[in-house]
Amino acid sequence: MRIMHHPILGESEKKDLVIFTFDGKAMEGYQSEPIAAALRAAGVMVHRHTQKENSPRGLFCAIGRCTDCVMVVDGKPNVRTCVTPLTAGMNVQTQYGVSAKKTD
Amino acid sequence: MKRYDVIVVGAGPAGLSAAIEAGKKGLRVIVFDENAKPGGQLFKQIHKFFGSIEHKAKIRGFKIGEDLLKEASAAGVEVVLNAIVIGLFLDKEITVQINDAVVHYKGDAIIVATGASENMITFNGWTLPGVIGAGAAQTMMNLHRVKPGKKILMLGTGNVGLVVSFQLMQAGCEVVALVDAAPKIGGYGVHAAKVARCGVPFYLSHTIIKAEGDDCVTGVTIGAVDNKWQLIPGTEKHFDIDTICLAVGLSPMSQLLKMAGCEMEDNPAKGGLVPTCDQYGETSIDGIFVSGDVSGIEEASSAMIGGRISGVAAAYRLGFIDYEELELKSEALKKALLSLRQGMFGPENKGKELTKTEEGYAISANLLTKGYLTNEEVMNYPGVKTMKGIHPIIECSQNIPCNPCQDACKKKCITIGDNITALPVVDEASQCSGCGMCVASCSGQSIFLLNEDYEEGYASVTLPYEFSPLPQKGMMGFALDRSGKAICEAEVVDVKSAPAFDHSNLLTIKVPKEMGMNARFFK
Amino acid sequence: MSKINDRSREIGEYIAQPDDDLIICRCEEITKGEIRKAVYDGMFTITEIRRYLRTGMGLCQGQTCAKLVKGIVARELGVSPLSIEAAMSRAPMRPIEMKVLGNEIS
Repeated sequence: MRIMHHPILGESEKKDLVIFTFDGKAMEGYQSEPIAAALRAAGVMVHRHTQKENSPRGLFCAIGRCTDCVMVVDGKPNVRTCVTPLTAGMNVQTQYGVSAKKTD
Repeated sequence: MKRYDVIVVGAGPAGLSAAIEAGKKGLRVIVFDENAKPGGQLFKQIHKFFGSIEHKAKIRGFKIGEDLLKEASAAGVEVVLNAIVIGLFLDKEITVQINDAVVHYKGDAIIVATGASENMITFNGWTLPGVIGAGAAQTMMNLHRVKPGKKILMLGTGNVGLVVSFQLMQAGCEVVALVDAAPKIGGYGVHAAKVARCGVPFYLSHTIIKAEGDDCVTGVTIGAVDNKWQLIPGTEKHFDIDTICLAVGLSPMSQLLKMAGCEMEDNPAKGGLVPTCDQYGETSIDGIFVSGDVSGIEEASSAMIGGRISGVAAAYRLGFIDYEELELKSEALKKALLSLRQGMFGPENKGKELTKTEEGYAISANLLTKGYLTNEEVMNYPGVKTMKGIHPIIECSQNIPCNPCQDACKKKCITIGDNITALPVVDEASQCSGCGMCVASCSGQSIFLLNEDYEEGYASVTLPYEFSPLPQKGMMGFALDRSGKAICEAEVVDVKSAPAFDHSNLLTIKVPKEMGMNARFFK
Repeated sequence: MSKINDRSREIGEYIAQPDDDLIICRCEEITKGEIRKAVYDGMFTITEIRRYLRTGMGLCQGQTCAKLVKGIVARELGVSPLSIEAAMSRAPMRPIEMKVLGNEIS
């Protein structure tokens, strides 16, 4: 999903790879890119399940306005992953309602 | 409380331009932006802009953004990022969230340039992951360099829908279709034509019935609607896709102004709720200005001029310049703004059913419904002439404010005149050198070079090519017509990519002579 | 009195529609049907709808649904969306943690 060569923007600049975890699984992403970009590149679509209807949500506006992409990051819920930079060792979890605990 | 002469909210094209003008006049200016990077939407806009030289035409959006940032820093403007303005109160006091604190600031003038937010439309499954805004697609692919999806359906055929569809293809995504409930394509014909010639179909008078999938989008069903927007049973069509992009318009993000108590109006022509303001962008509250999309939805070129006007006016309001200088500076800017608002897509023609251009040429119905001119229609326009040897073919059929092609031609083959919305006219008596500068300069990618005397029985067609990988000389492939249909075999006989072309490579293909007027793309 | 605030006006009965289960407010998960019903319960203004249903009061503060809700209410009342006053605009404009909101530097 990464765009390495772009006809207008050219080659992708070299960035540092970091390891983070998504729901306990180790994943790779680039340092300081939005968490949501790293997840999208890794094929993760579902960021959370809603409180009332338990319905899946993911990236929607990508600029921090719609708040649909929020997840539990390092234990903190409601973190807008599309505008929060990724750092090494980050613990990213699917959000259920407002916590990382799965609801039925 | 920290005080500034001018506080600008938003470091996009309008905010930066306003800050630059105020800074140049010696005012102490600070700009707050909630994003981690300045420039607003400019850094996502990788296409060449329209207009004329004064509007920074044929320069790509992100380049304009870089230039604005340099200009701002030279003008002594302070830009604070990750700074969210959360309130605008009485006496021009604002609260800004910076890191873990809420900081109070006061400005003698405030310029609000918060831009717009995307409109959305509802359908069954619209909350599924994989349904995204067109802006989100642009952000992901052009800023973060991640494809938003592999196979994409675009809803909306305004300029945003058209431009983003093209950009998705440039990023290596497949666009399966463009859908719009309106019976006509909303954006520029030239933007539609460059998407259509890649083979993407347009479904006008169609709407999304359902986004399919359990956890994320796996498909979509669309259907035709009648003139009362009611679904016509039996017209359903399914596509296997993973992403639906919504490009259904923008609304001014004017909440701060409403909070401040500015007089507001709900104006559909401006995209929604906007503050009433004078010609300088000053609202009903003295010293509070607006510029850019928050004052009415337009595009970045006009936002930059509007911003400059507000910046100058703020300098006058605070006594840094006199009335004479205000008039002098703003007159030129207002003229530049006016020229951008001319033409078929200008505010005066919004919603009107135009059938003829300003010059009296018939507007192509095919272009408005399928995205391309027919072989017969294309011959009608003044940019298309039958000439011996190599010559430009300008498939520009709508009055839009743009004239770089006229400046690009050193041989004076192309004339637009003072009115920049006029259709370009090719002079049959002129001597085209085949340099291709006009092809590369056309922001709408609607200029081609044709040589019907290339070789015995063969013509050459030079076309703008902004995809990778770039085909190599000697490569064989297929020539596509304006609808994206393969019409004949074609050989690449030349590839030019000069720095002056700014990534609009010139691809010259050899096709059978009778295909010279049909071949418009290469695959 | 504006047309909107005239509560004696007869707008008829709520009649269910096939797309009533569409989510309109994504944050608070409020459906089109709930908004339509609220109008028949006497909520004619956006402020009332917000307080009654919490539309536009979630994390995003109505960024996505404001225009949609307005359109639905206008249609039920048989008026132009232009005649419906937008919701009150208050600080904070973006979601913010209480501890940050309380940490004021003036």
